[in-house]
Amino acid sequence: MTVHDTKLSRRTLLKAGTGLVIGAYVARADKLFAQAAAQPKVNIAPNTFLIIKPDSTVTVLCKQIEFGQGPFTGFATLVAEELDADWSQMRADHAPSNPELYKNLAFGLQGTGGSTAIANAYLQMRQVGAAARQMLVAAAAEAWQVPAGEIGIENGVLKHASGKEGRFGEFADKAMTLPVPADPKLKDPANFKFIGKEGVVKRLDSADKSDGKAFYTLDINEPDMLTVVVARSPKFGGTVKSFDATAARAVPGVVDVKQVPTGVAVYAKGFWPAKMGREALKIVWDDSKAEKRGSAELLQQFRTLSKTPGKLVRAEGKFEESIAKGGRVIETEYVFPYLAHAAMEPLNGYLKWDGQSVYARYGCQFPTPDHMAFSKAFGLPVDKIKIDVVLAGGSFGRRAQQSTHQAIEMAEVAKAIGPGKPIKLVWTREDDMRGGYYRPYSIHRMRGAVRDGKIEAWSDTIVSQSIMKGSFFEAVMFKDGLDPTSYEGSHDIPYEVANFRCDMHQVDVGVPVLWWRSVGHTHTGYAVEAFIDELLEAAGKDPVEGRLELLGKKPRHAGVLKAVAELADWKNYKVPAGRARGVAVVESFNSFVAQVVELSMTEEGPKVHKVWCAVDCGVAVNPDIIRAQMEGGIGFALGHILYAEQTLDAGAPVSGNFDTYRSLRINEMPEVEVAIVKSNEKPTGVGEPGVPPLGPAVANAMAKLGVGRPKQLPIVPGASA
Amino acid sequence: MAAFTLKINGEPRRIDVAPDTPLLWAIRDSAGLTGTKYGCGVAQCGACTVYLDGQPIRSCSMPVSAVGSGEVTTIEGLNSREGKAVQAAWIAHDVPQCGYCQSGQVMSAASLLSLNPKPTDEDIDLAMNGNICRCATYVRIRAAIHSAAKSLEG
Repeated sequence: MTVHDTKLSRRTLLKAGTGLVIGAYVARADKLFAQAAAQPKVNIAPNTFLIIKPDSTVTVLCKQIEFGQGPFTGFATLVAEELDADWSQMRADHAPSNPELYKNLAFGLQGTGGSTAIANAYLQMRQVGAAARQMLVAAAAEAWQVPAGEIGIENGVLKHASGKEGRFGEFADKAMTLPVPADPKLKDPANFKFIGKEGVVKRLDSADKSDGKAFYTLDINEPDMLTVVVARSPKFGGTVKSFDATAARAVPGVVDVKQVPTGVAVYAKGFWPAKMGREALKIVWDDSKAEKRGSAELLQQFRTLSKTPGKLVRAEGKFEESIAKGGRVIETEYVFPYLAHAAMEPLNGYLKWDGQSVYARYGCQFPTPDHMAFSKAFGLPVDKIKIDVVLAGGSFGRRAQQSTHQAIEMAEVAKAIGPGKPIKLVWTREDDMRGGYYRPYSIHRMRGAVRDGKIEAWSDTIVSQSIMKGSFFEAVMFKDGLDPTSYEGSHDIPYEVANFRCDMHQVDVGVPVLWWRSVGHTHTGYAVEAFIDELLEAAGKDPVEGRLELLGKKPRHAGVLKAVAELADWKNYKVPAGRARGVAVVESFNSFVAQVVELSMTEEGPKVHKVWCAVDCGVAVNPDIIRAQMEGGIGFALGHILYAEQTLDAGAPVSGNFDTYRSLRINEMPEVEVAIVKSNEKPTGVGEPGVPPLGPAVANAMAKLGVGRPKQLPIVPGASA
Repeated sequence: MAAFTLKINGEPRRIDVAPDTPLLWAIRDSAGLTGTKYGCGVAQCGACTVYLDGQPIRSCSMPVSAVGSGEVTTIEGLNSREGKAVQAAWIAHDVPQCGYCQSGQVMSAASLLSLNPKPTDEDIDLAMNGNICRCATYVRIRAAIHSAAKSLEG
């Protein structure tokens, strides 16, 4: 395992890289980042994706950041498959920042997000493994003086019928001098030994993450480094009017105090003096341009807007005519709070600037935009900037910053104290939680009509704040002036309804927002799946059967729904008294997930006993990691649906820590059973898709129990301050 | 600033910090042992769990001046039979995702098993509910603790 091995020498192990085209790969245009992609061909130099050491270990340089979703193990699986390696020889480490070599084929820039890691690299990493295999075989053929076609590889051992055997390390040097094959032959999936197989692949990072050796940004501790915390405005958009640092400078260990664009930076030898120094600062803030609305005012404004038609996103048939015909007409409002990501490791980053060049090292999720941000902030050419990526303690979207705000702050903090003074910028938990970049506050107003047991009309008016507005994504992603991540899942419901309308009010609020694990689906999934359940109930239909009747054109939705119904024995199981079950199915990021929840009600709110989950993510590369992501997605979703919200008091975020922003704990975690639907479709992601169905499945179970579907989240009011 | 000699993982470490410095930062920034993590700073998340004289404590909320001559054990010094069994079970179950909270989880789990060799689910809930995992690896934490308990039998 190499996650703690921070000084890998690549010099002797890598061919100085001229990338040769060894395969054509049409980038799958991810719906989240559609037009930014479109890279018809990719240069693959296997030497820059792999390190084969003399001891025959194979280290895959992973272009996606590892913060839990398993790309290290996934990419190593793909390479090992084509190499016919032994799993015990596989390692993984982060690739450095190199926008051309390591771009995400779904976005066209180096970055992780949108559950694209395996999806974008499935063929690419297999091609890398296949090319390396061919080169190793050619090297052995030359050494053994036998035809390459007579050499096979089994469990990492090259073999010839003559009895000759050798391991990768013996041929790596020679192999690297050989031409990279233009079109390496990929394995027939029927012969897969790793991909999709149970029990043969273990996570590469489990050991180091169980004994404290795994290395994160917070662990960077260079001898001459200063730890920096920044005092930022309590209200978004506030600026420093004046400050007095006398007392802060008197704190032992504090080295300097500087004003920076985001506030006042305290530089110290270690975290504690930096934090104590910050507490001793006296700052007067200028709130004249700050957001000053509180949560109650936002709710009122959003609610008022939701009662008027927004800008049309999509319409089918004649909604207004149909709903005017009456029948059973239902109108429902769903309110979704701001949510913090609250990854276990708050934001942080190390940066060293010597006046001529910049070296940054941190859990960087978007290396290409950050690379550009450093270049701009320091006025240095891009080839004078180097970013090394390290493990991050979670993200859930928080580190995927199209605004590059963290990189800019790192640069400003370094510039303010001058060259030659490396800094480690650390956000405290409170900085992280009150620092914005939340899941947008949103309202969905749903209207529907049921006549003669049939859903005839459906409308969804969304009020939300754009995530991408003002960023480089706006130009390529916006449709008709609207941000599709606000309505994804709502304008394209899988159910056949003759008269359909989805419209939206895109509202500006001075609170920075960001993608949060499953993005728009965090609220659209709830709105759509709770509402379809309510309409089916009005139509007198079973939640599973009723959905299936409307999913005629959506076989993969129907597939996971049937699979989860079977797993949970939906039809025949007798739910114990005091308990009820609910179901939901959501497609997100081209993966399909259905969940059944069984819960009871306690004085403190719902107690979820068990969740059954079926997932169709195409070819299942690492079944156990897929299960882990479903388990984790369910727990993450449940904690937020039940307990979490960030409220605003006159514009200032209230919750600063886990005492008031309540997180799911082990005693609240349900049992989880996961079925992976067998599929030959191309692989799609699993980091996010486990999240969306959980909330509405809980809501639908609550309705079954007679307490109704929660209209405002979180379900347990007052759990967060 | 004041000088303290802390006994960490059996070794005396002389550190020079303000007396109110939490043990966490003395361990991390002064002693350079980074396996113990900062997650909240207010004893809410358990990422900073270490042992003081064998008892699990939240090192973010224990000032250095209160440690005295107590024996501090961090994840780097976890050598007990229970600790090794827990780590082996963590690997066998592929418990970690981002991994950042897991040092604290392992310390709490090993402590539980040293006091209660055959914990029930309820015992696990009680012992482990001070350790937040934002990746929600709880299903596997529970299974791994049961596995570790089994491996320690006889």
